[in-house]
Amino acid sequence: MAECHPVGFRWVMKAKQRGATIIHVDPRFTRTSAVADIHVPLRAGSDIAFLGGIIHYILENEQYFRDYVVNYTNAAAILAEEFHDTEDNDGLFSGWNSETGEYDHDTWMYAGLEIEPAAGKRGGSQHPTPIQAEHSDPTLKDPRCVFQVLKRHFQRYTPEMVEKTCGVPAPLFTRVAEALCRNSGPERTGAFCYAVGWTQHTTGVQCIRAAAIIQLLLGNIGRPGGGIMALRGHASIQGSTDIPTLYNLLPGYLPLPQAKHDSDLKTYNQTYTSPSGWWGEFPKYSVSLLKAWYGDAATAANDFCFRYLPALTGDHSHLNTVADMAGGKVKGYFVMGENPVVGTVNGGLQREGLRALEWLVVRDFQLTETAEFWRIAPEIERGDVRTEDIGTEVFFFPAAAHTEKDGSFTNTQRLLQWHHKAVDPPGDCRSELDFVFKLGQRLKNLYEASQDPKDRPLLDMTWDYAAAGLRQEPDAHAVLREINGYTVADGKPVDGFTALKEDGSTACGCWIYSGCFKDGINQTARRKPHWEQSWVAPEWAWSWPHNRRMLYNRASADPSGKPWSERKAYVWWDEAHQKWTGHDDPDFVKKPPSYRPPHDARGKETTGGADPFIMQADGKGWLYVPSGLQDGPLPTHYEHQESLIKNPLYGQQCNPARMEWFREKDNPYHQPYFDPRFPYLLTTYRLTEHHTAGGMSRWLTWLSELQPEAFCEVSPELAEEAGLENGGWATLRSARSEIETRVLVTNRMRPLHLNGRIVHQIGMPYHWSSKGIVRGECPNELFPFVADPNVSIMETKGISVMIEAGRRVRRRHVRSGLLAPNLAENEYMRDLPAARRRPGTGHGLKVDHVKEGHV
Amino acid sequence: MEAVLSAADAISLERQAAASDTGNRGRRKGFFTDTTLCIGCKACEVACKQWNQLPDDGFLFTGMSYDNTVALGASTWRHVAFIERPVALSTQDAGAFSWLFSSDVCKHCARAGCLDSCPTGAIVRTEFDSVYVQPDICNGCGYCVVNCPFGVIDRREDDGRAWKCTLCYDRLREEMAPACAKACPTDSIKFGDLEELRETAQERVRALHHSGMKEAYLYGADAVSQPGTEGLNAFFLLVDKPEVYNLPPDPVPPLKRVKPVWASFAMAAVGLLTLAIGSAFAARR
Repeated sequence: MAECHPVGFRWVMKAKQRGATIIHVDPRFTRTSAVADIHVPLRAGSDIAFLGGIIHYILENEQYFRDYVVNYTNAAAILAEEFHDTEDNDGLFSGWNSETGEYDHDTWMYAGLEIEPAAGKRGGSQHPTPIQAEHSDPTLKDPRCVFQVLKRHFQRYTPEMVEKTCGVPAPLFTRVAEALCRNSGPERTGAFCYAVGWTQHTTGVQCIRAAAIIQLLLGNIGRPGGGIMALRGHASIQGSTDIPTLYNLLPGYLPLPQAKHDSDLKTYNQTYTSPSGWWGEFPKYSVSLLKAWYGDAATAANDFCFRYLPALTGDHSHLNTVADMAGGKVKGYFVMGENPVVGTVNGGLQREGLRALEWLVVRDFQLTETAEFWRIAPEIERGDVRTEDIGTEVFFFPAAAHTEKDGSFTNTQRLLQWHHKAVDPPGDCRSELDFVFKLGQRLKNLYEASQDPKDRPLLDMTWDYAAAGLRQEPDAHAVLREINGYTVADGKPVDGFTALKEDGSTACGCWIYSGCFKDGINQTARRKPHWEQSWVAPEWAWSWPHNRRMLYNRASADPSGKPWSERKAYVWWDEAHQKWTGHDDPDFVKKPPSYRPPHDARGKETTGGADPFIMQADGKGWLYVPSGLQDGPLPTHYEHQESLIKNPLYGQQCNPARMEWFREKDNPYHQPYFDPRFPYLLTTYRLTEHHTAGGMSRWLTWLSELQPEAFCEVSPELAEEAGLENGGWATLRSARSEIETRVLVTNRMRPLHLNGRIVHQIGMPYHWSSKGIVRGECPNELFPFVADPNVSIMETKGISVMIEAGRRVRRRHVRSGLLAPNLAENEYMRDLPAARRRPGTGHGLKVDHVKEGHV
Repeated sequence: MEAVLSAADAISLERQAAASDTGNRGRRKGFFTDTTLCIGCKACEVACKQWNQLPDDGFLFTGMSYDNTVALGASTWRHVAFIERPVALSTQDAGAFSWLFSSDVCKHCARAGCLDSCPTGAIVRTEFDSVYVQPDICNGCGYCVVNCPFGVIDRREDDGRAWKCTLCYDRLREEMAPACAKACPTDSIKFGDLEELRETAQERVRALHHSGMKEAYLYGADAVSQPGTEGLNAFFLLVDKPEVYNLPPDPVPPLKRVKPVWASFAMAAVGLLTLAIGSAFAARR
């Protein structure tokens, strides 16, 4: 965190000065480790084994916060008889379909109850689902209750197993677990911070799930000083999921309609409106969004123009789209503020995709490697591809920096902070807002005279942001005002999402952001110092939802509404005034603690007065996820796609539901383990001095001089073994490509001892490539296309590679088979046979899975 | 572990830090660099270069940990040292290893070698008690370079003049904190009134000792602990010997040695004279 989020780390250092214990778990010793109290080096890709070990420790030693667990989590829920755990199936859950390579999730449900997830794959259940007494066991003794299932699932994650799997000595592991437990309970809380070191795995989502289980068991969610903080990769990545640049979501986490299923607004609303919990409000948000986008054209009679929305036909996530490009299925591509040729796995396949396009638009500060893939690239250097044979027409637009435009950033704690334009952008540089606004205007003008019904969505779209100045740039405040929402009749900003209606009388661009322009004032621009207000600082900027600084903060009080302790008091029930009050806005339904939903309750009325997790259909924090995930209801340790070792925990080697791309020529895979050609483990990361794929830093002298060349980090032991010299050159190789890089020999990298075997890890930052002031070769060239099944995130945190001293041979044809001869089809006994139709199908979207009966 | 700093104290410190932008004039100002709070982000280096519009030092991969700007010089006025030690910090559970960071800077010594030696009067002591090189007067003689016991000041190759940290004299005049201190995310670099900084530093050492980091100490905080320089206006909190951070253990500006040297010369001259006279007398006998 100190390495990649030095500014956020300010608060960690403040906490440390106040006596907090900082624990850093990372394969390498970073700037965070340098100031941490405990550093735990572990094998890249073994995070779930480590976190699972902590879960085991908490359960085994009865360190959980019992009252919190019983009342606020689904620990007591009874699971269906049909559910079988990985304990029974050597690493597979019940419901595995080896034909399709996917899970059927039906057996994962609570007994006699279908339940809607708050996120992930949604759509289907129709039954009201407040957890009834007959479906739960508050004593947590029933062998089929979640708590007991959890206990059994994690029983093999012992300190010894952690040592064998992660390379973390059992005593060190135990010290971490003890420190964590010691700092939890009514009087104390602990927080987790993570970044892509957890997410960029084929088990990425389950890593976070494991942390969620720990935090729920310890009572660290919804309480001050607790939580799980996702440290995002760029400024406002949180913002770009809230108002998404994701292919499958609309603003505010409303799913995009599915082409085969969501034929009209009624069906769509029915599918995604949970019978219980806050998602019962769904239609208010979907209709208000349609009113914001289609204005007067959207009426109740025409389904508020629901059919104008694009509908999903399959998985169009990044890697799939690039594979489709390479297959000639995609004509044009916008790349805005991203440099996928450097920042994404398998640069060779990325460029192959770009070469097959008709046109490419790149908006960036500099001509990045993505903008110039046709001129400078390894395959062009090798002579495999000639520039004159590439037909892609590339349009480059110089972009304005954040100091050159108004707008807001949304950070990891959901805080929207406004930034003001300081100077005009130079030359032809323009903001994204300006570009997209004018592109929309031009398209509207182009189709102005069209009578074709298919052009109506474009023509009916509201696109009337006030533009001003010589350049007629749109006013960012006008966009924020639309995002906040307004009453259609008088255009007055609404106070928040509770004011939104499903009858078309309100419009709102993103329901969770509703309130950010309350009273017509840009709430996100507030900058009152925290010493001039309460310690929660509600008048600094604005946070979603409803300016609440902490989600699910009802959990900071006990079931009767009293704070768990004075020290950790946050919100509580005021008996005298019969209302919820406290330091923050209560993130809760306005019901007294004693409220219990009647049997006929629907939507948010089903959330009881002691159910803090209002977005969940049952109001509980989910230790066990009965629906919404593709790869299992509980986190399970699987090895990454290309590991050095067999899975020490189960017969199943890798995440069975992972996404793979079977392309022999441009995406070959290594053996899942013990590949003799690739005996070392490579992991990638970032440095403080550079920004991601380098577009913002490699062209600046002051940053470039600080880290002027690509390098890999190796331990003295590996340097000895492979003949590497500090400051010298090394060549790294995978089946996809090979790169050369400088070597930094350092004790910050340590060989790990796993079950008598020594595992050498190589670390390499991925900032450099062939352009800019400082250059180098990018390790992402080495990685394959393979992804997590829930969110399609790539796996960059661990592959097996070869490292050799010296520079690489120029013009060598890597993929021709010279470097990586295909081994005979091996007996990967412990991994399932590949289900080859997986990536092509609508992964994560299975429309056919939605019950016919609900249509 | 007991909190070593209460919430109220923490907020009051922050308020102080925010207020450090004002009230500069006519007061002795300086830096207290607390290396135990440094995370090696180099924001100070970049902020310094940006504010002072300094050129890069070239693009050289050194292979020396994460340090690629190597040392303070004419174009690097803040420099973060990265020290990989095979020794554990006494408060850290991370094996026999630690990684120390320290943002080095001109010390603005109470007895400044560069100022002592400047023949043109280009180097002056300002109203903030900082040591400042006036670029329009400097003739590039380089005496200051050899007279700095820390090797801070350096001549730029292109124009030959001597350059070093100005304690952001221009910012101080406008009631602003120096760029490096302003940019430091963890308040490792503290800027303020010298007397207050010394108090803060003493308290910090006490707190660190209390929390078990017995090796923490102040470097150059006053004339008593560093008689050679008579105390540094930019002093440090370190956790290992000064040499580990590439700092001299007992810095003395060379000209300070001149008086004793002249005295020795005088003694020697007197001695020789006596000897000569003595031998003359002896010869006469």
